[in-house]
Amino acid sequence: MSTTVWVILAGAVLTYLTRIGGHMVLSRFESIHPRVEAGLNAVPAAVLTTLVAPAAMNGGIPEIAALTTGVVVSLVAGGMMPMFLSAAAVLILLRHLIG
Amino acid sequence: MTADIAKDSARPRDFAQGVRDSVPVVVAAMPFGLLFGALAVENNFSVFEAVLMSATIFAGASQMVGIDLFGQKVAPWLIVLSILAVNFRHVLYSATTGRRIAHWGPVQRLLGFFMLVDPMFAETERRGETHGTVSFGWYMGAALPLYVFWVAEAWIGALFGNLVPDTHALGIDFLFPIYFMGLVMSFRKRAFWLPVVLMSAAASVLAYRTVGSPWHVSIGAVAGVALAAIMAPDARKGRQAP
Repeated sequence: MSTTVWVILAGAVLTYLTRIGGHMVLSRFESIHPRVEAGLNAVPAAVLTTLVAPAAMNGGIPEIAALTTGVVVSLVAGGMMPMFLSAAAVLILLRHLIG
Repeated sequence: MTADIAKDSARPRDFAQGVRDSVPVVVAAMPFGLLFGALAVENNFSVFEAVLMSATIFAGASQMVGIDLFGQKVAPWLIVLSILAVNFRHVLYSATTGRRIAHWGPVQRLLGFFMLVDPMFAETERRGETHGTVSFGWYMGAALPLYVFWVAEAWIGALFGNLVPDTHALGIDFLFPIYFMGLVMSFRKRAFWLPVVLMSAAASVLAYRTVGSPWHVSIGAVAGVALAAIMAPDARKGRQAP
């Protein structure tokens, strides 16, 4: 097998270990400490924010405006699709206007 | 915290609802799936290798980093390490989602964790929040389309690489940040949401500038999670106070 295939398979095994590892460790404990519980409940907001923040930091006016639109629309209307579509529309429009 | 009231978790209705919930994710992921296939071939991957990578790793960002490093002729072990670094956040997903799917059978869990990518994690947390429990049927309904399309897109992208349009003008390169941002907003009713978001944002930007990518993800995430853990007992006392 080529080096590429070996790298892919090794990457796949390690990726699977990350996807199951957290559960394996946590399930060894019979009860979850309230602090751990609070930490786990914060995981979605914490991780997903790190996937947005540097992109926002590197973004120009269209990107910042799109994200701002998204925040406002989800606060006012709620729902994923209105937020997603309006933010994408602002992004595409401003990229065409400012470049 | 989750009330296990799933009496009939194998309801076909759950699977169908999962498929419906997968639609926006499949649409947002589509350009990236195709782009991955096209870029893989450009970096001297065979079509088989491109499809194999999507089918076995099934994690967009790490796949892009992987093929990029191949193009730069980096040592193989370093590429594997980079893939691990990009995907390390999944340890947190696994620990969090494990609580929601603890009632599944062992084989169901082994399969479910394989598909625990960013959007699956977020959608599962939302489903658990609104329905109290996450059934295997719903999860597969949401995850299978995502997986099947992702693998097929790698194959199509690898075969017809030139079909990928101008991603910048169409805003495609920024669709995922927008989608993730929508997910962040959807969790805003949770305890310590704003402090966690501010902390993770500040820590990830700082880490991005100092340590560099992809470690900013793990560092920013751990900072936010730690803040929630530190704040937790105080809030409980506050609620019990008269």
